[in-house]
Amino acid sequence: MVRAAAIAAEVRDPEMPMLTLADLGVLRDVRQRGRTVVVTITPTYSGCPAMATMRDDLVHRLADAGYDARVEVALTPAWSSDWITERGRQALRDHGLSAPGPAPSRTGPIPLSLLPTARAVTCPRCGSVRTDLTSEYGATACKALYRCADCLEPFEHVKEI
Amino acid sequence: MTDHSNAYDGLLEHHDVAGDSSQWAFGTDFEDPLAGVDTTVPDDVDPAALATYCLMLGDDALVMSHRLGEWCSRAPDLEEDIALANTALDLLGQARLLLARAAAADPSVVPVLPEGSPVPAEDALAFFRGPGDFRNVRLVEVPNGDFAHTVARLLLFATVRLALLTRLAGSRDPVLSAIAVKGVKELTYHRDYAGRWFLTLAKGTEESRRRLLAALEDVWPLHPEMLATHPVEAAVAALGVGVDPAEVRDEVDAVLEQVLTASDVERPERGALAGVRGRTGRHGLHTEALSRLLAEMQVVAREHPLGQW
Ligand SMILES: [Zn+2]
Repeated sequence: MVRAAAIAAEVRDPEMPMLTLADLGVLRDVRQRGRTVVVTITPTYSGCPAMATMRDDLVHRLADAGYDARVEVALTPAWSSDWITERGRQALRDHGLSAPGPAPSRTGPIPLSLLPTARAVTCPRCGSVRTDLTSEYGATACKALYRCADCLEPFEHVKEI
Repeated sequence: MTDHSNAYDGLLEHHDVAGDSSQWAFGTDFEDPLAGVDTTVPDDVDPAALATYCLMLGDDALVMSHRLGEWCSRAPDLEEDIALANTALDLLGQARLLLARAAAADPSVVPVLPEGSPVPAEDALAFFRGPGDFRNVRLVEVPNGDFAHTVARLLLFATVRLALLTRLAGSRDPVLSAIAVKGVKELTYHRDYAGRWFLTLAKGTEESRRRLLAALEDVWPLHPEMLATHPVEAAVAALGVGVDPAEVRDEVDAVLEQVLTASDVERPERGALAGVRGRTGRHGLHTEALSRLLAEMQVVAREHPLGQW
């Protein structure tokens, strides 16, 4: 079981392959049920199209190691970008992505924000803090687009959620 | 390193491991979006009412998602194209979970398909119901119009839905609660996006303001339907499972007022679009636009209910 858990933890996210599912925080549980290894994952966003690939990759990797595996979904608690591990954040930076800041904590009605989201984003290439938001939405639901005002390079920022 | 170094490896492996793992050709491929989730209906709750309520929330998201998806490759610029597609994807995900929850609560709502059909329940609900069985509000089904129309509609839609889901997070049905908690995070981004564009268009050029005002006049009469209480909503709200939309009216009003004031736009005076003999979208009464939308969305699936790959 320890070995099965270790194998599951090393499976990578199909959309951000610099991150393992464990580093992304979507791998919630690995346990033995009878002869089956049951792996529980949680979606980052409701429509996350990578869930099927994650499931397939988990089942195949565990099958390669001789385990009969099944993947289940946990909807609660909902995934938060706060669950990305320190190792995961470093991996994001190493690959030119900006890691998310703390997720907003919410109680009661959520205030509308008509101004661009204020974030202290550091350019993952040159370290400059002079960065501008280009778009709140990027190539995947979990990323926003930024541009560095010093090195002028565009980069992706993993959003707080 | 990567699990699929080429696309064919993934397909072949899949068959080796899982035996006959062919699946319906047109759906997403995670067999059950609620795999492992306990979908037991709370004791005192009528499964049929819960299912209908899930269809209402699910159909709103599904139809809105389809309309937003129509912008793909046609938005004013690449950033907006991506933003609208991402918003559509979030809503499609919410729709899928809600339709799956409806089917799990009361399997009798799922259309009966030919023997041997591999179509999962939530896809059967999306692709094999006629317009009269859709429970979405009419706000989401009318055609997109220009970008200003899309922004104005999305603002109304996301404002009401965010208020509803914020309260639904406290549902006694753990599945609905979980779907709502996740949806709240997504809708916060959708509402901010629409609100910022509303302000930008209102304060932009004469032309952008003219278009925005016309759009708001058009879509405004459609939004009170989202705030009207259907008997099913009243029933599930009374049990602490659903939310009575009337409860969020003040909150919605305050948010809309904030946007209108910042944009220097007057609240439209036109009243709610009438129903027919008291029936509206929540009862399955729709505009022609929904029939056309569904015809396009469903045609391939309906031609191939047994299609596998
Ligand atoms: Zn830089």
